[in-house]
Amino acid sequence: MTAPFYVSPEQLMKDRADFARKGIARGRSVIVVQYADGIAFVAENPSQALHKISEIYDRIGFAAVGRYNEFENLRIAGVRLADLRGYSYDRSDVTGRGLANAYAQTLGTIFSSGGEKPYEVELFVAEVADASEEDQIYRLTYDGSVADVATHAVMGGQAEQVEAYLAEHYTPGLGLDAAIRLAAAALASNDGEEARVIEPGTLEVAVLDRTRALPRKFKRLPEAAIAAALADA
Amino acid sequence: MLPADYLTPGSSSFNDFLAKQAPQLLPSARAGGTQSAADLAPHGTTIVAATFPGGVVMAGDRRATMGNVIAQRDIQKVYPADEYSCVGIAGSAGLAVEMVRLFQVELEHYEKIEGATMSTDGKANRLSTLIRGNLAMAMQGLAVVPLFAAFDLQVQTGRIFSYDVTGGRYEEQAFHTVGSGSMFARGSLKKLYREDLTERDCITVTVQALYDAADDDSATGGPDLTRRIFPVVNIVTADGYRAVSEEDVAVIADEVIGARMVRPDGPAASLT
Repeated sequence: MTAPFYVSPEQLMKDRADFARKGIARGRSVIVVQYADGIAFVAENPSQALHKISEIYDRIGFAAVGRYNEFENLRIAGVRLADLRGYSYDRSDVTGRGLANAYAQTLGTIFSSGGEKPYEVELFVAEVADASEEDQIYRLTYDGSVADVATHAVMGGQAEQVEAYLAEHYTPGLGLDAAIRLAAAALASNDGEEARVIEPGTLEVAVLDRTRALPRKFKRLPEAAIAAALADA
Repeated sequence: MLPADYLTPGSSSFNDFLAKQAPQLLPSARAGGTQSAADLAPHGTTIVAATFPGGVVMAGDRRATMGNVIAQRDIQKVYPADEYSCVGIAGSAGLAVEMVRLFQVELEHYEKIEGATMSTDGKANRLSTLIRGNLAMAMQGLAVVPLFAAFDLQVQTGRIFSYDVTGGRYEEQAFHTVGSGSMFARGSLKKLYREDLTERDCITVTVQALYDAADDDSATGGPDLTRRIFPVVNIVTADGYRAVSEEDVAVIADEVIGARMVRPDGPAASLT
């Protein structure tokens, strides 16, 4: 009879984290950035049908990087959680914090349970409020940790260099067009070398617009609007 | 941790999900007992809808009754269903309002999960399913009979659907009415409706029809002049759903009432 190999918990967790990080680093980045009238999500995504950015509820948006089937599953679970909560309580009782907590618990449990492989995803959950100081943006990583981020954040492939560009050029109170241009430039930035060219058709942009009259503040921007925003520099 | 059922791929229907996860929250979950419960809860009454070139108008009176008592004077019985449709309800008021809430979530849930808006016929069919689930309650006297109106973006016209308590779904042409005062309202619409109505004239026609319903049906509320309570009017066009403001309805209602001061039976239709 052979004894099972002993693997220290540190090593086990490190291996799982490396595995998840590698999967996430393969994809392109997603940016979330606060602008004057709300929160904008910008992702590089050549597909028009498979979204990285989605609506969860009235004021709550969702963006993800990593494995599509895994984050799509989490997205649908989030919509179900929000709709059930809103139906059985009230629409105002559905909060970004509650959703972020549910995701954190789920990702954390899957990460530390021995059997399954960890999810290779990272998520943004953002909730727009009536005033920009009260907007909330949460970043969730593959291991279930939650970070409350302010004004802007990046996740995915070249997150560090995109983040560096964004941190350098971001100013509070940007207009929507300026915010889209900034995010596109950040995605295109290439570590000091010549920037790549990003076509409007390969950008996926959606906003949580607090000025929208309807209760549902989420809006996906059509390609023409993105092109117009990028063009008018 | 999200429950496993939340993470399991499945139907895009919120109603199906609710039936599995929290069946006690379904409007139909309270069926029980065999006696009539018809007199226990308020009833809503008359809803009218009419199409015009470019859209559809739906209007409802504001009265809810319990037997001979007026339970509420300013109840709302016409609601938005989603961005391109609205739904009006006659019948047991509490159940009906709950069913409208479920219907609204059903459409929004599908839209978010699928990333696409449901077709107009799809919406009409989903409403059928919800009403069918309520059949046991209907047999106890707690029936809900909605009227559904939508602007169909595919064919670019307003469409109206009526229902029976078993969930039967019928597409109506031009106009339709439901509720206790519906036969009087329909008679009125027959004489006043024409196909080339403008949006404003279409609102006037529905307000006239509700006036005629209130004139002959005690359960339908007429315009309340002392409290300034007027019908709820909703419009759906290519630009989407819109509730007509109370002030705008008041202006039209005042015109209608002014003309009735001269001719109480309303405008005379030509004989041929």
